[in-house]
Amino acid sequence: MFGKLTWDAIPWSQPIPLVAGSVVVLVVLAVLAWVALKGYLPYLWREWITSVDHKRIGVMYTLLGLVMLLRGFIDAIMMRSQQAIAFRAAGYLPPEHYDQIFSAHGTIMIFFAAMPIIIGLMNFAVPLQLGVRDVAFPTLNSTSFWLTATGALLVNISLVIGEFARTGWLVYPPLSELPYSPGVGVDYYLWALLISGVGTLMTGINFVTTILKIRAPGMSYLRMTIFCWTALAANLLIVAAFPILTATLGMLAFNYRSMVAATMFICLVSYLVWMHHFFTMGAGADVNAFFGISTSIIAVGTGVKIYNWLFTMYGGRIRFTTPMLWSVGFLVTFTIGGMTGVLLAVPPADFLLHNSLFLVAHFHNVIIAGVIFAAFAGVTYWFPKAFGFKLDEGWGKAAFWLSLLGFYVVFVPLYVAGLLGMTRRLQHYDVAAWRPWVLVAGIGIIIMMAAAACQVVQFVVSIRRREQLRDETGDPWDGRSLEWATASPPPPFNFAVLPNVQGAEPYWGIKQRAIETQQLSAEPRYEPIEMPRNSPTGFITAFFSTLTGFALIWHIWWLVGLGLVAAYAVFVWFAWRDAVEYSIPAEEVARYDRERRRAREQWLAQHAGQPA
Amino acid sequence: MSATDTPFERASDPYRVGRSRDWVSTGAGRGYVYATGHGEGGPASKRVIVGYGFWIFLLSDIVMFSAFFAAHAVLQTATAGGPSGRDLFNWWSIVAQTAFLLVSSFTCGLSAVATEARDQLWTQVALLVTGLFGLGFLVLEGRDFAGMVMQGAGPQRSAFLSSLFAVVGLHGLHVSAGLLWLGTMMAQVFVKGFRPEILRRLVCFNLFWHALDIIWVALFTIVYLIGLGR
Repeated sequence: MFGKLTWDAIPWSQPIPLVAGSVVVLVVLAVLAWVALKGYLPYLWREWITSVDHKRIGVMYTLLGLVMLLRGFIDAIMMRSQQAIAFRAAGYLPPEHYDQIFSAHGTIMIFFAAMPIIIGLMNFAVPLQLGVRDVAFPTLNSTSFWLTATGALLVNISLVIGEFARTGWLVYPPLSELPYSPGVGVDYYLWALLISGVGTLMTGINFVTTILKIRAPGMSYLRMTIFCWTALAANLLIVAAFPILTATLGMLAFNYRSMVAATMFICLVSYLVWMHHFFTMGAGADVNAFFGISTSIIAVGTGVKIYNWLFTMYGGRIRFTTPMLWSVGFLVTFTIGGMTGVLLAVPPADFLLHNSLFLVAHFHNVIIAGVIFAAFAGVTYWFPKAFGFKLDEGWGKAAFWLSLLGFYVVFVPLYVAGLLGMTRRLQHYDVAAWRPWVLVAGIGIIIMMAAAACQVVQFVVSIRRREQLRDETGDPWDGRSLEWATASPPPPFNFAVLPNVQGAEPYWGIKQRAIETQQLSAEPRYEPIEMPRNSPTGFITAFFSTLTGFALIWHIWWLVGLGLVAAYAVFVWFAWRDAVEYSIPAEEVARYDRERRRAREQWLAQHAGQPA
Repeated sequence: MSATDTPFERASDPYRVGRSRDWVSTGAGRGYVYATGHGEGGPASKRVIVGYGFWIFLLSDIVMFSAFFAAHAVLQTATAGGPSGRDLFNWWSIVAQTAFLLVSSFTCGLSAVATEARDQLWTQVALLVTGLFGLGFLVLEGRDFAGMVMQGAGPQRSAFLSSLFAVVGLHGLHVSAGLLWLGTMMAQVFVKGFRPEILRRLVCFNLFWHALDIIWVALFTIVYLIGLGR
């Protein structure tokens, strides 16, 4: 009846996962109970769970990513603390549990933290920056999100029901084969990634189509923000290969065209470097030479981008707000990580360094800077656009400085330990020379815990102080791209009238004209706007995907069949609906827009006579 | 953010997804009649968007198949002492499957012609024939698979057979999904008629079915023709 699933699947004898799992279940139940008691469930269902609005889906993606970031970070704390005490000792994590932790850490951080945060920011910002009302396929977008959530849920279910893979996050054979991994751990990994991968692929299709086919009038390719270009590059890679991490924040750069060219160059060449993960596999000198060179060449495109960012800052006036600090931290840290990457790109060096903590330090150097720092810059930058109030600067800056410091205290020692020969994924060790470095890294993780606490406090404090932090104008950073041309938070239709783009910095031009003439341009004629209706399709699909995935992991075949039949039924039901759009009357559009214009006029009056 | 000095504002919300086909430029140096999504003309029409997105999906699907083909090409001789393609392939069945799929692609094309003429009866007939040939293809393929498993040549016998079942089975799964889709489309055309969204879905279905045919041509060559020669 239940396949391989029995009561023994729950790790009764292991207190750590049992307690952790129970706490998570209790917290989730408590939150659900609170939501239900407060009567928020109908609101959540109508306005968020079934929402096909790209902004809300973006917020949900980012929230999922941040929660999973915390989950992956707890894994990191456990690994660092285990290694700190497991010198000629067993530590507190048995090997089979430790192996699951480092596998889950990698899987969660890449697929369920980094990617959802980046996709969330793209979801939120790209249509706004393109000056349009939504992505190409809104309901598909919601389905993508919920399938990603399904994958995250399956990985987390493995904490208490069964086990997760013990193979590392890349599950290489033969270790991942049945004789060596007989449990359900690898199955959890496979189905979680497959299901969320379908979601990510659909996101890729959605965003490539959106960026290439749906832009405001006048928004030619070379007027798009750099962020839209990087989103296009990332999504092309998703479509072609699925996951590559690319995300950088956009401003009008020192040399826009070279920035675009470098981005697309990296997009193309990064497709030709994958073999650098397998230099030691035995493909031979010629193959290794090709992939070593192509990997090094990536540094050229990256160098163009780094210098572009530097010259952009040199030519600009820098305000050291929290997003800017994260961006600068990204620049410095990413450059260091990139340089150690060039070292690893030399195949003979890689033969010595691969599988060592040097490699671990390298890719954390690149990913934490390139994804996590950039993601926090993006979250802080677009938060006021999404919610109508800024995040608290003091706590944000504290989080930044502690993150930066903690990052170096963790990973610089790991570079050294790697050069001293310490391999990755060690549950315990007995080389005395490694010990001091491992202990320093252990101190670093404590600093990062403080940084994470600051982040949480930052959100709590900002929400409590939201009236003081309110952004009335819709343009809290004095921005240049189109997302700042609408209210914060934007209305469901984003723009009352689609902007007519006449240059590479569309909103800057509009703003300067308003300041010069001391008035906003004349009020446009408002027309009714038709928007896609919300739909529970994504949520229902994900519900049955979760059942199907769980059933496939545990070989519960009748449930697999039930899930697939239900999935087809949802497909037909969705395809059958007749009313797919609703109309927002012109008066309501006008009401929204007049409100925004009033706020802008107030701002204009306050800033009369002074340049922006 | 005003658009008063431009022609864009005159048509009724032309930039709503799917509306730009209605918009006719009245000057301002832009000669566009239809916004295609290229360059500066504003959002493309829904028909373009849907077709374009579906093409991207097909390309990603082809990338996936190419990975399976590459794996099979490498593993074609890895029979582990078991049967090879020469011992297993039923030549006449493969020829019949190929013929069925090619004919179904032809009738699928006929259905598109009938749809263009908004002819309900012939659209349904052509789609039905397409579906029947597709079903015939699946029955023959399933019979071949069952026969191989009965002989002890299942996917677990050798790396060659694993990759064979994977790549041929993946194509078969696509055909099965296509048949479900086809049945749904026939019902939709019957109940709802040739509404714009139904027409867009028919375009996508046509693209999908022809893509499966193209993949079969590659599969026939790589798996069966080369496999028989080895």
